[in-house]
Amino acid sequence: MASEAQAHAETAALRVQFDTEAQQKDASTLGMWIFLITEVMFFGGMFTAYTVYRRAYSDAFAVASSSLNVTIGAINTAVLLFSSFTMVMAVRASQLGQRRMIVLFLVLTLIFGGMFLGVKAYEWNEKFEQHHVPGPSFHMEGVAQQGHAQLFFSLYFAMTGLHAAHMVIGVGLLSWLIWMANKGKFTAEYNTPVDIAGLYWHFVDVIWIFLFPLLYLIDRHLPK
Amino acid sequence: MSEHIDSIRTYTLVLLALLVLTAVTTLVAFVDLGEFSVVVALAIAVCKMLLVALFFMHVRHSTKLTKLVVLGGLLWLAILLMLTLSDFTTRGWIGVPGR
Repeated sequence: MASEAQAHAETAALRVQFDTEAQQKDASTLGMWIFLITEVMFFGGMFTAYTVYRRAYSDAFAVASSSLNVTIGAINTAVLLFSSFTMVMAVRASQLGQRRMIVLFLVLTLIFGGMFLGVKAYEWNEKFEQHHVPGPSFHMEGVAQQGHAQLFFSLYFAMTGLHAAHMVIGVGLLSWLIWMANKGKFTAEYNTPVDIAGLYWHFVDVIWIFLFPLLYLIDRHLPK
Repeated sequence: MSEHIDSIRTYTLVLLALLVLTAVTTLVAFVDLGEFSVVVALAIAVCKMLLVALFFMHVRHSTKLTKLVVLGGLLWLAILLMLTLSDFTTRGWIGVPGR
């Protein structure tokens, strides 16, 4: 430890521009939250568009929304919640400096994330087979205005696609973290990357927490 | 480090609560609550968001500045939704030519 009068020796946990480790950690956390807020607004625009068109074309949206597979949607929600749990356990292990546990929980998170993406790919494939992808071959039974149903699926693919893209980025982050954690880079003193990636992963989870009811659930009670 | 480390028990309980809420929102969606179906679905989603943010994202142990930023972000989202919807929901109220 350097004396207070001099500049301190630089470590990963305490870069020269910071006075204390706590200050550096707080700055990292704040920076990540600012980024996540921009993401909230990014997704917020799509949620707003969905709300506006769902109000305008409620009949077509109800039929199109109810055609989604609710069982698969619910199971995938659970898979993502499990991944958030294993992620927070990895963060906890990093706070305690348990290298093997960090790697174990990060690998579990990666597996759950991969499962989610696999199920999502299966669902999308189903949409192609059913001609529920917007375009010239689009057709949906029981909808007077095909264009309105196409609008639902345009929003469905844009929103779940953007979410899946975030998941893919998350999988990349996790792979890098596993690599670094395995080399013993994260300790009880320095675990900011695990913590920050955890914030990102949970944020992506929260987006799905809203996508699931809005896309799959809210029109189920209507008579078919 | 002055970090707060939560117990495994806490995280497990939060996970269980999230899974139960997922089951509840899925099952209640098939009950006809009329207009309130959306309200109930969103209320449950907000509860789940709070659980994830407060516990998994450690907001409850965060600095005041971080808490302020999180609230500020939600405020901007509310402005985005409310101003847009106040436009779209009221357009039919008066006969605007060329609407």
